[in-house]
Amino acid sequence: MRLGTLIARDLRRAWQGGGMAWPVAFFLLVACLFPFAVGPDAALLTRIGGGVIWAAALLAALLPIERLVGPDVEAGVIDQLAVRGVPLVLIGFAKTIAHWLGFAPPLMLAAVVAAGLFDLSAATLLRVELGLAIGTPGLAALAVATSALVAGLRGGGAVAGLLMLPLAIPLLIFGAGSLDGGIGALKLLGAVSLLLTAGAPWIAAAAIRAGMD
Amino acid sequence: MLFDGLDLTLRAGHAALVTGPNGIGKSSLLRIAAGLLAPATGSVTRDGAVALLGEAHALDPERPLARALAFWIGARTEPALAAVGLDHLADVPVRLLSTGQRRRAGLARVIGAAASIWLLDEPANGLDSAGIALLEAAIAAHRAGGGVTVVATHQPVALPGAIPVRLG
Repeated sequence: MRLGTLIARDLRRAWQGGGMAWPVAFFLLVACLFPFAVGPDAALLTRIGGGVIWAAALLAALLPIERLVGPDVEAGVIDQLAVRGVPLVLIGFAKTIAHWLGFAPPLMLAAVVAAGLFDLSAATLLRVELGLAIGTPGLAALAVATSALVAGLRGGGAVAGLLMLPLAIPLLIFGAGSLDGGIGALKLLGAVSLLLTAGAPWIAAAAIRAGMD
Repeated sequence: MLFDGLDLTLRAGHAALVTGPNGIGKSSLLRIAAGLLAPATGSVTRDGAVALLGEAHALDPERPLARALAFWIGARTEPALAAVGLDHLADVPVRLLSTGQRRRAGLARVIGAAASIWLLDEPANGLDSAGIALLEAAIAAHRAGGGVTVVATHQPVALPGAIPVRLG
C-alpha cells in the first residue's frame, strides 16, 4: 500500500465529510466575531488582526479532529492496514499530510479574506501567510497525534481540545510573534513545526498501537 | 489470561476451527495470529501474507462497493465480487448494504487479498445458507490451493479435516 493511496483516501474522506468548507467557514466566523467583541476601532483591529487570524487558524485545525483517526480505528481500517504490513507511523504521516492538504491551503486563502476584514497591510498579510505556511504542518501533525490519543474515548472531542490547544501554544506564540517582523520568531516557528511534524506521527502510531491491546 | 498452553502448527492446506464460549478469547487468538496483538508469552510464526476477516468491515460507507473494495485489492475486485455473488451490487454505496452483504464484501476482500493465511472471525455471522455454502466453497478452494485457514465461529461451518481448537 503506497503513501499516496493512503493520502488520497483521507483527502477524499475529508471532502465527503463536509470538506474544507467547515473549517474555513469556522475560521472566517471566528475572525468576524472579533470586530463585534472589541468594537469598530479600525486601528485596534488592524493591530490585533494578525494574532486573531492565528488564533482562528488554531481553532479551525481542531474542528475535524474527531474524524481523523477514531473512525478508522472503529471501522477496522487500521487493523486491515496493519495486517498488510503498513507501519503505523506511515499511517500517521499519511494522515498528517492529508489533513494538512485538506485544511491549510483553503485556510490560507480564507486568511486573505480575513486580512481584508481587519484591513491588514499587504506586508502583514504576507507575513501571516508565510507564518501559516510554516506553522500549519505542525498544527496538522499535532491534530493527528491528538486524534489518535483520544480515539475510542467517550467525549473524545472535548478532551482533544483540552489536549491539543496547550500543546499548540508555541506555534501560536512564534506565529503571531513573526508578525512584528522578527525573522527569529519565524525560524523558531519553523523549528517547532518541524519538530511536531517529525515527531507527532510517532506519537500517533504509539497511541494507535496502545489502543489495539 | 484468556488461555494458555496453545500449540498449533498449520501446514499448506490445513484448517483450524476455533470454538468456545463468548469472551473466551477466540477473536483475541485470531488477532494474535494476525500479529495485531502480542501474546503474553509464546510466539507466532507466519510464513506468508495474512488476510483477516474481522468484526468491522473496514469499507468506506459512502463509496460504491467496488471502489471501496478496490482500495484494498485493486484489480482483483471484480473477480472477488463475483466469487461472493455481489457483482450486481458493485455500484451501490457500502452504507446501503445489509449485514450479510457486508460480510460477503469482507469475504471478497479476503479472497482478493491473495494471501496464503486466512484468519476468519465469525465469518458466518449474518450470512444466509447460500452465503455459508459460498464461504465453505471459498475456504475449500483456498485450502486446495495450498492456503491455510483459521476460523473462529459459533455457527456450524463445514471444514472437512479441520483441526479443532476448543478454548475454555
